Amino acid sequence: MTEPAPATVDALPPQSPWRLFWRQFRRSHLALAGGALLALFYTAALFAPFLAPYGQESMDRERFFHPPHHVRWIDTAGRFHPLGFIHPTRLVDLATLTWEEDRSQAVPIRLFVRGERYRMLGLVRSDLHLFGVDPPYRLFLLGADPSGRDVLSRVLYGSQVSLTVGLVGLAISFTIGLLLGGISGYLGGWIDTLIMRSTELLLSIPGLYLIIALRQVFPITLPSQQVYLAIVVVLAFIGWAGLARIIRGMVLSIRRQEYVAAAEALGMSRLRVIARHILPNTLSFVIVAATITIPSYILAEIVLSFLGVGVQEPAASWGNMLKQAQSPAAMRTMPWLLFVPGTAIFLTVMAFNFLGDGLRDALDPRKVMGGKS
Amino acid sequence: MRTYVLRRLLQVIPLLLGISFVTFVLLQLAPGDYINTVAENPMISAERLDAMRREFGLDRPWYVQYGLYLKNIFLHFDFGESFARHQKVFVILREGLLNTLLLALAAAVVTWGLAIPLGVWAAVRQYSWLDKGLTVFGVIGLSIPEVLSGLLLLMLAARTGWLPVGGMHSLDYDQMDWVGKGIDLARHLALPALVVGLTPLAGRMRQMRGNLLDVLRLDYVTTARAKGLSENVVVFKHALRNAINPLITLFGYTLGSLVSGALIVEIIFAWPGLGRITYDALNARDQYLVLGSVLMASFVLVLGNLVADLLLAIADPRIAYD
Repeated sequence: MTEPAPATVDALPPQSPWRLFWRQFRRSHLALAGGALLALFYTAALFAPFLAPYGQESMDRERFFHPPHHVRWIDTAGRFHPLGFIHPTRLVDLATLTWEEDRSQAVPIRLFVRGERYRMLGLVRSDLHLFGVDPPYRLFLLGADPSGRDVLSRVLYGSQVSLTVGLVGLAISFTIGLLLGGISGYLGGWIDTLIMRSTELLLSIPGLYLIIALRQVFPITLPSQQVYLAIVVVLAFIGWAGLARIIRGMVLSIRRQEYVAAAEALGMSRLRVIARHILPNTLSFVIVAATITIPSYILAEIVLSFLGVGVQEPAASWGNMLKQAQSPAAMRTMPWLLFVPGTAIFLTVMAFNFLGDGLRDALDPRKVMGGKS
Repeated sequence: MRTYVLRRLLQVIPLLLGISFVTFVLLQLAPGDYINTVAENPMISAERLDAMRREFGLDRPWYVQYGLYLKNIFLHFDFGESFARHQKVFVILREGLLNTLLLALAAAVVTWGLAIPLGVWAAVRQYSWLDKGLTVFGVIGLSIPEVLSGLLLLMLAARTGWLPVGGMHSLDYDQMDWVGKGIDLARHLALPALVVGLTPLAGRMRQMRGNLLDVLRLDYVTTARAKGLSENVVVFKHALRNAINPLITLFGYTLGSLVSGALIVEIIFAWPGLGRITYDALNARDQYLVLGSVLMASFVLVLGNLVADLLLAIADPRIAYD
């Protein structure tokens, strides 16, 4: 009798959860693309002062509402400029904001130009910028705003706020949600009732109403670092409720597991049991939930700044850049004021959505066990 | 069932009490009050400011103010008076709520009127180029927040002049006959409703598609096909009814997010709804108007959830509340 060969269990190398996750995640091209785009954006935010040709507050008194420069490659003499060049422009009609190029001159775009001094990452002092043109000319690749500030530079500086404030708020909010949800589900009793009633209260107030009401607690005009903190506090305060309720439900089922009883029998403190043995089991859910929720946190800052109660001028954020785009004049003649920050917001939200979908698929244990989905 | 509804309705009272308390405390924590915003006008003397403060009761400790506020609500159903508008809060909010509900209703028509047919279409042609196209469209739609789509449509209106750029009525609204009034209102409503309605469209469409695909795999659908019924009858008469059920419930749950999502759109399009009133009142520190509008918005949200739970019980006989 020839027995059929046993299923080749040992054909696969032993796989850690991390490897299983990565194998699954790699298959999702959109998620990888989203992750790569976000990596690019966050790197750009980190090096914003170097990448931006100008400072975020630097105004050009002659060239306000300048449209994006038309970058050309071959000048009138037929010479090729590898980095491109621009023609100097002159305002011919203020009413229609028509600018005319002076074709006789070519201003080449250069790499590593000296410009405004800045401090990067709070440490490096420099005046070196990745690219730019020689003064007195100015380069507006994505146009200028009504104060003559470079929109590209402001989007880069603005990303430092807009891309991070949501993340910090989310991190605090989810920590609170995890802890309170864990305590609520594990301890039960009056603590459970108290926490759950509080979450019901918070969840019963429509989100934006709560956000703008909370924001009023802090003075409207604050130095930018304090505004940043105020927004973080507001976001942290509202977001934990939904998560706490889900975590509580998960903890209620986990606490009946035998290993929890074992940990208790060994005399571990209750907080330690929650933190070491119960909450880690909710981790994959929390990671996915966080990735999917990040866009709404980022948008909350954008909405606050758009409403004029978030990041204040002259500091840049994607939200207060949108606010500039709202005026009737900007709507009619300066579409770049809307399209530039709008595209940045759109791409960021989409990248997080793709990444979240990919993470969800990859961390779903049923899919990992089943191999192909 | 009746006791369940009654219990849920009674639970709303302590909830609203809690919300009013939290909102009141937040307003007290905020620096300054309405008088401070009035004091920005140098024409008003300090004595007048003090008199106003006394008149509005702002000179008393906050717990006394809160107690009086609750007392007036419970005894007279009086939500106080707006400082800035010299009008009863209830009257202002009633109008604002009606405008917001009108916007939410129009938005819901946009969402569901598109989501159901598109979802069905994608499901019956699963994996076709159309299905994939709708998926891509859905992902893009999910990534455009209301503040962005609102500004984009506003720009379209400003540059083309096809539709008004904001407000609810034209200047000559009062001189129009009722047909003209209807058209005028619809023209002002179109863009905000489109913005509020398009945001949840992608999600609803995917749900409709998924539901219908699940139902189409069930045995009774196979039976219907085996009987020799045409595909149209199978899909639209047999499968669709069961697939739409879960969406009915969602309708109630989305009421809250509609009210919340409408806030930013109301501000962009100057639509005189609850959100805009709240925002203006917060900026003016118009205490009782803020309290009233937060309560009103929360009430709509809670009521929407209750209606959704009840609809679920009606649509699905397996669920019984006691």
